[in-house]
Amino acid sequence: MAAPANPEDPFLVVEDLTVKFPTHDGLVQAVTDLSFTVERGKTLGIVGESGSGKSVSSMAVLGLHDPKHTRLSGSIRVDGQEIIGASEDRMRKIRGNSVAMIFQDALTALHPFYTIGDQISEGYRIHHRVSKADAKKRAIEMLDRVGIPQANRRVDDYPHQFSGGMRQRAMIAMALVNDPQLLLADEPTTALDVTVQAQILDLLQDLQREFNSAVIIITHDLGVVAELADSTMVMYGGRAVEYGATREILTHPEMPYTWGLLGSIPDVSTDSEARLVPIPGNPPSLLNPPSGCSFHPRCPHVDKVPGDLCRTTLPDLVPGDRGDNHVKRCHLANPGEIYAEEVLPEIAPDLIDPETGEMIPELAAVDPDEV
Amino acid sequence: MTGFIVRRILSSILVVILTSMFVFVLFFKGLGDSPAVNYCEKLGPGKCTTAKLDSIKHQMGFDRSLASNYATWAKGIFVGRQNVYVDGKVYDCPAPCLGISIMTGNTVTHDLKQKYPATMTLALGAATMYLTLGVLLGALAAKWRGTSADRLLVGSSLIVSSIPYYLVALLAWIYLSLQLKIFPETGYYPISQNPIKTIQWMMLPWLVLGLYSCTSYARFTRGQMAETLSEDYIRTAQAKGVRNNKVLFKHALRAAIVPVITIFGLDFATLLAGTIFTERIFSIDGIGNWGLTALSTPIDINVVSATVLVSAVLVVVANLLVDILYSFIDPRVSIA
Repeated sequence: MAAPANPEDPFLVVEDLTVKFPTHDGLVQAVTDLSFTVERGKTLGIVGESGSGKSVSSMAVLGLHDPKHTRLSGSIRVDGQEIIGASEDRMRKIRGNSVAMIFQDALTALHPFYTIGDQISEGYRIHHRVSKADAKKRAIEMLDRVGIPQANRRVDDYPHQFSGGMRQRAMIAMALVNDPQLLLADEPTTALDVTVQAQILDLLQDLQREFNSAVIIITHDLGVVAELADSTMVMYGGRAVEYGATREILTHPEMPYTWGLLGSIPDVSTDSEARLVPIPGNPPSLLNPPSGCSFHPRCPHVDKVPGDLCRTTLPDLVPGDRGDNHVKRCHLANPGEIYAEEVLPEIAPDLIDPETGEMIPELAAVDPDEV
Repeated sequence: MTGFIVRRILSSILVVILTSMFVFVLFFKGLGDSPAVNYCEKLGPGKCTTAKLDSIKHQMGFDRSLASNYATWAKGIFVGRQNVYVDGKVYDCPAPCLGISIMTGNTVTHDLKQKYPATMTLALGAATMYLTLGVLLGALAAKWRGTSADRLLVGSSLIVSSIPYYLVALLAWIYLSLQLKIFPETGYYPISQNPIKTIQWMMLPWLVLGLYSCTSYARFTRGQMAETLSEDYIRTAQAKGVRNNKVLFKHALRAAIVPVITIFGLDFATLLAGTIFTERIFSIDGIGNWGLTALSTPIDINVVSATVLVSAVLVVVANLLVDILYSFIDPRVSIA
């Protein structure tokens, strides 16, 4: 049996999580040695491009990988309880109950043939012994809470009768129906247009404050992270490459891949000369990962590292210049200088003080809620 | 909704009328005046004079146009016909009149009423069996996909499907009925008289037609289920904590069943064709057997066209029902 949960401990602790999928072509190593924690009431943003392992690791937290086709190792503890190797019965009690998930595209993630109300109350009745009528009342209450107008009428609608934003709200209502203590949001706003995106993110924040739940938000959009996340983990090729407080990561990134992500955000709010700088190359193969640092084939700063270190040796995830709470996986000895002198002028010239050539910290992306 | 149903019913009626025209024209033209000649020659040597033949042809309407003959026949369905001449005798044929059967001398409608319960019993029993069994086996194969149980189910269903149906039915009759006497009697026993006996006699035909046809439904359902199981909403259901069997039989099957029902409507004609073999081999006194007997010389044209017409109506009605049912099982289909 699991040790009784210590309320001081983080709600979710992931240690050395490795996820491998055996395929006909070989072993796909989707996630390697991933460790992170999320505390109650806090939000972790996981950022990375497609195939970086962000969804795979969140699915692992719910035990949603088919055990026949997956090899899991490491440790995932939800409220002190070990998830890896847990029985299907125990996982089912956790799923949708203390840990819930919001999926990316609500149109495909909701069942087309059942009403919104049925789908929400089904989730409620799995974990609560209540009548159908009571579960429906709860569904209406939840729809109301996420801001669906005339919830008592819309509860009998089918997903296709909802707009994209309303479907995502319904999806959130469904995830929150059992007051989960941990919410996994997998690209919750990617399929939505910008104005609706902002509404949904605000809603998530409000609900998180109300329930004091831990939230993991998975995204490829650093803007979403800047708005919501207390801490941020950047993933590349199945590994964490940079991890720390969101403000730290956004203002003093120390890993060239994070620089690349920052450079590829379009900024329409200023008429700056900032160029949209895409990251060259393609995501690494997880079947035959590159030797050494998996980002080296795309990294423009490889030659700044003495010897052939980037190609031969995988850098450790270690604290950089900014203290123990900001770790990065990179061989560069002076990332802060390179960022300020080479990267920033190109991706965000308006952040540089023209007089001194120094970065103006106040203008950098800052989350107002950041402690 | 009502508008849609009315439109679909009207187009179904059009299809039935066109089918009846084709059937009538093809057989009437194809046979020519041979029914008259056949009867005339039966009168005996020397008795079939040219004048006699002409009189028979006149009585049977062969001197009138094709259109006029069709009109007489079609009108008879609604108002009935008097003085219908068949082989030297004159009959009365009340509405709905489909003509007089040469084989029995009864009105075709009268014989049809006697034959259809057997066919309906066979078709409904077999269809229930192959739909439930096919969908169930398909769902289980999808659940076990990749395992040896799945391969066994799919493999054996492929083997069964590749044997012609009449061979399966014939072998089943020879071994299970004739040799082993597990089902000593087959046929149709009127359901109103002794339902137990009806079931006893119909069991083997139901099993043979049901088990044979369920194989294709099992494979189709398996394919649909496998596709559905990879949908995002299945993962959502799992993430909610729904039990695996409920994910499979509620969430996945609910979506996978829709195309299966569509196929069932389209496949209805195959079911009717299957009943012809089944009725013949298991000596069931139904429409299929009746239509087959009517094809021996001299062809009982009224019976043949009646059976074709009835089959066409059944196929059209089945498709109409599936279309209407579709709007209930798939809420995204709105028929206004």
